[in-house]
Amino acid sequence: MIAIIDYGMGNLRSVQKALEQVGADARITQKAQDIHAATKVVLPGVGAMGPAMERLQSLNLVSVVQEAIRTGKPFLGICLGFQLLFEQGNEGGCVSGLGILGGSVERFAALKIPHMGWNQLRIQNTRCRLLQGVAENSDVYFCHSYFVRPSDREIIATTTHYGIEFASAVAINNIYGVQFHPEKSQTIGLKILRNFSVL
Amino acid sequence: MLTKRIISCLDVKDGRVVKGTNFLNLRDAGDPVAIAKIYDQEQADEIVFLDITASHERRSIMLDVVRQTAEQVFMPLTVGGGINCLEDIRELLNAGADKVSINTAAVNDPDLIRRAAQRFGSQCIVVAVDARKNGHGWQVFTHGGRTPTDKDAIPWVREAEQLGAGEILLTSMDYDGTKNGYDLALTKAVCGLVNIPVIASGGAGTLNDFYDVFHQAGADAALAASVFHYRELTIAQVKNFLRERKVAIRP
Repeated sequence: MIAIIDYGMGNLRSVQKALEQVGADARITQKAQDIHAATKVVLPGVGAMGPAMERLQSLNLVSVVQEAIRTGKPFLGICLGFQLLFEQGNEGGCVSGLGILGGSVERFAALKIPHMGWNQLRIQNTRCRLLQGVAENSDVYFCHSYFVRPSDREIIATTTHYGIEFASAVAINNIYGVQFHPEKSQTIGLKILRNFSVL
Repeated sequence: MLTKRIISCLDVKDGRVVKGTNFLNLRDAGDPVAIAKIYDQEQADEIVFLDITASHERRSIMLDVVRQTAEQVFMPLTVGGGINCLEDIRELLNAGADKVSINTAAVNDPDLIRRAAQRFGSQCIVVAVDARKNGHGWQVFTHGGRTPTDKDAIPWVREAEQLGAGEILLTSMDYDGTKNGYDLALTKAVCGLVNIPVIASGGAGTLNDFYDVFHQAGADAALAASVFHYRELTIAQVKNFLRERKVAIRP
């Protein structure tokens, strides 16, 4: 069972339905025991980092998420859930993230904000298991105002160009993160979710 | 690079698509879920449902439509029409909408934009602006174009952006339904003013209309309804035409 962590930040149902579409058993939950029992964990979310961290803290989920990642379960952060994996954000002052990956979350400085719509993936790590069957320059759907700057560039699986070249997906050990919305990226998004569900 | 979006819009009343459609292969041409699935297969970049259900009691029908669509269609979905408060927005987002489009309630209570953006994030708050040329400006209308306001579209989109809107859905009432092309002057004026994406709406009739609204007016997305529903143009035709002319478009 894949646990989709519900911390009150956005459209969880679409993530669940997309995972079900690719044959996975996905459950929306905020219970620690469900997340412990799950074979994989997804942290979705849209919105701002500060309120998201407050929600995770008030639901006592910070240590649960950290523990799930430590045990080696495949873990996928989507959009805000991806950004939360990092150390800190510059959103409305300085906000601490989960600190699982080194790096910062920064606001786009050029072009229109949010970065909204379909943009291309430039594959940097062809061996990334999340990206098997995903062609170079595949279009995926983005909707965000902040981007991640990982301190270890080796973890970057794909980049995307929007004024700058930013990390649109990362992969390291059991940890995966995508800035785009695979659950909203039609066929290519479902392929990525299927790849995750069979890890 | 970020591609320009082609958006298909469905007017939905009491759970049924109202402007007739011409999908010959569909058993039920008024079923919004079935039509959304077709636009999904045709690689539309986004779908908008505009709920024009008059009675508030019947609004739960729209939530069901959104739920069913989100179960079967894995692409961005915006829902607008009759949204009055944060609770309306929360229900739609939980049902599976990615963005909500607010018009009348935003004009009557601009602070709703700020509260909604703070609670749900700017990225899901679209402010819809219906405007008609009036002297040197464009007058804003509410209630589906029935009620004139004292607002002009140009300062209003600026205010909406400052309050936290993540996108503007800009409809020209002068051009809507004419099939004479988008209102390039209005679209250009708004695109030059705000730093958030602008969806142009109203007037699409030919392939060139889509090219002009991107190339001349600088729109980020073009929305159309009847040309797609009546199969006068397909999404693929529009996309191929634009790609041949070097507009950044997703295949």
